[in-house]
Amino acid sequence: MKIAVLVKQVPATEKVKMDEKTGTMIRSGTEAEANPLDMYAVEESVRIKERLQEDTEITVISMGPPMAIDAIKDALSMGCDKGYLVSDRALAGADTLATAYTLSKTIEKLGGFDLIFTGERATDGETGQVGPSIGAQLDIPVLTYVSKIEELNSNLIRVRRAIEGGYEVVEAPLPSLVSVVKEINEPRIPNLRGKIKAKNAEVPILTAKDLQLDTTKIGLKGSPTRVVKIFYPKLSRESKIVSGKDPELAVEELLKFLEEKELI
Amino acid sequence: MKGNVSEYKGVWTLGEQRGKEISSVSYELLAWGRGLADKLKTELSSILLGHKISEENIQNLIQHGADKVYVVDHPLLEHFTPDGYGKVLKKLIEEYKPSIMIASATTIGRTVMPVLAAMIETGLTADCTGLDIEEKTGLLLQTRPAIGGNVMATIKTPDHRPQMATVRPKSKRPLQADASRKGEVIRKSYPEDIYNSKVRFIKFVKDETAEAPIQEAEVVVAGGKGLKDGKNFDILYEIATLLGGAVGASRQAVDMGWIPYSHQVGLSGKTVSPRLYIAMGISGAVQHLAGMSSAETIVAVNSDPDANIFKVSDFGIVGDLFDIAPILVKRLREIKNQRK
Repeated sequence: MKIAVLVKQVPATEKVKMDEKTGTMIRSGTEAEANPLDMYAVEESVRIKERLQEDTEITVISMGPPMAIDAIKDALSMGCDKGYLVSDRALAGADTLATAYTLSKTIEKLGGFDLIFTGERATDGETGQVGPSIGAQLDIPVLTYVSKIEELNSNLIRVRRAIEGGYEVVEAPLPSLVSVVKEINEPRIPNLRGKIKAKNAEVPILTAKDLQLDTTKIGLKGSPTRVVKIFYPKLSRESKIVSGKDPELAVEELLKFLEEKELI
Repeated sequence: MKGNVSEYKGVWTLGEQRGKEISSVSYELLAWGRGLADKLKTELSSILLGHKISEENIQNLIQHGADKVYVVDHPLLEHFTPDGYGKVLKKLIEEYKPSIMIASATTIGRTVMPVLAAMIETGLTADCTGLDIEEKTGLLLQTRPAIGGNVMATIKTPDHRPQMATVRPKSKRPLQADASRKGEVIRKSYPEDIYNSKVRFIKFVKDETAEAPIQEAEVVVAGGKGLKDGKNFDILYEIATLLGGAVGASRQAVDMGWIPYSHQVGLSGKTVSPRLYIAMGISGAVQHLAGMSSAETIVAVNSDPDANIFKVSDFGIVGDLFDIAPILVKRLREIKNQRK
C-alpha cells in the first residue's frame, strides 16, 4: 500500500502569549513546528504500516519555504519512509484553492497513492479546506473528521467520522483522502533511531517547473481570495471581579449579573 | 468560476437537516443572508437537499427570511456525501448563478464547501465571524479569526463567483419566525449520476453523552485542571442542564482522560461562540482562549486571582469552585422552580 501524508509547518503555538498592555495575543520569535494536528495523520499512517503484513510505503509531502523541511523530518523520525518538499517563490501567497491545486498535482506526479492523509486543519490558518479541496481536485472520495479506521483492505476503507451529536460510519473505495481528528490516536515520541534516520534523509525539493504547474493556478496570482485587512482583536475585557467574599454572596452577585444580561 | 461577475446575483444559504429536522444553524445563516441581501437589494434563497423533505421544513426557511427555497429531494441525498451534495450544488449554481453562497461551519459545511469551491474553481473563506458588503464594490467582506484568534483577517473574492464562505455557528441569532412571510419553492431533479457518491453511508451512532454539539450550545460550562477529578464534571453537567447548555473542557482535562475530546475547547479542540461561557477551574492558557474568546459573555471561577482567564472575563469570582458550584446549582434550581 502506498500512503501520502501531508504536513504543514506552522508558527509554534506554545510561544503565544497575551500582551499585558494591549490585551492582544503576541507571538514571540519566529519559531516554527510541524502542525500538531498533522501528527495524528502521520501516526495513523505509521500504524497502518506496522499493522499490514504487505509492503507499505509512506511519503510525506509538505509545501512551504525551505525551512519547512524540518516538519517533513519530524514526520520521517516517526516512521515515514521518504519526503518531498514543494517549494518555490512562485507559490507564495497561495490561498486554499491554489495550495490544493499545487498539492494535488504533486500527488498525481508522484503517483500511485492508495490513501492520502491530512490533519483536520492547521493551527495557523485554521481553515481545514486544503484536504477536501485536494480530494475534489483529484476526484477521489473525501472522508473528513475521521476518528477511527474500522477496516482497511486493498479495495476499501471504512471509517468513523466524528460529527455533531455522535459519529457516522462510511466506506469508500481506494484511493481516498482521509483527514483525521485528534481523538484517532496518540502520536508517538520519535526514538533515537528514527531521529538519526530523519536527520540523514535526503528530502528532494520540487518546484513549479518540476511539477509542470499551470502558472495561472498557483501562488497569489492563482488565488481567488484576497486579504484586504488584518487587525489584532483585543481579547481583554472590562471585568467585574469578586474576591474574598463569602461564596453565597459571590454567587448572588453572579446571578444578578446574569439576570441583568438576560442570560438566566 | 472566473468570468462575467455581473451575471451572478442573489445570496444563497445552505440549509442543513439533522435527521428530519432543520438545524438551527440554517436559521442563523438566513439571518446573516437577510442582512447581506437587503444591502444588495437582492433575493435571499436557501438550498435544501435531502430525502422526503417536509413542507414544514421548507416553510420554516421562508419564515426565517428566505425569499426562495431550492429543493432537491432524492433517496441518494438522504445522507450527506461530499461529492453527491457537491455535484448537486454545482448544478444549481451553474443554472441560477448566485453571487454569494454561505454555509455553516459545521462538519457538513466545512466538508462540502471546499469540495464545491474546487469543483467550480472559486474562492472560499473558512469559519467567518463577520460578513458585510463593501459599499463601493458590492463585494462580500468576509472576516475571520486566524492563529487562534490572534489575528483577524478580512478577505474578499473580487473576480470569481460565487463568493463563498462558511460561517461560525452561533455568530448570529436567527430572526424571529414570521408566519406571514411568503416565498417561492423551486423543486429540481437531476439524472441519478449527479446524486451518486463514491462514499457509502452505513450508519449513524448517537453519542449519548453529547447532548448537543458544544459549538452550537447557547451556554457552555467548561472545566479544567482545577476540577481535580473526572467525576467532578458531574456538577458542571448539573449547571449546564439548568442553564440549557453543554459542557466543555480545557486540554488538560481532556488529556487527563476526565472527559472525551469532543468537549475540548481551544486551539487543538473546538472553537465556540456561545452567549455565555462559564470557565470553572480553567487558568486560561492562550491556547484555550483561542477557542472561546469570541463568546458574548464570559464568567470565570478560579482560586488563583492572577489566572489569565480573569483578564478576558466579564465577571469573575476568585474562590474555590468546590464552594461556588454547589451553591450555584442550588440557587439556579430555586430560580427555575420559582418561575414554574
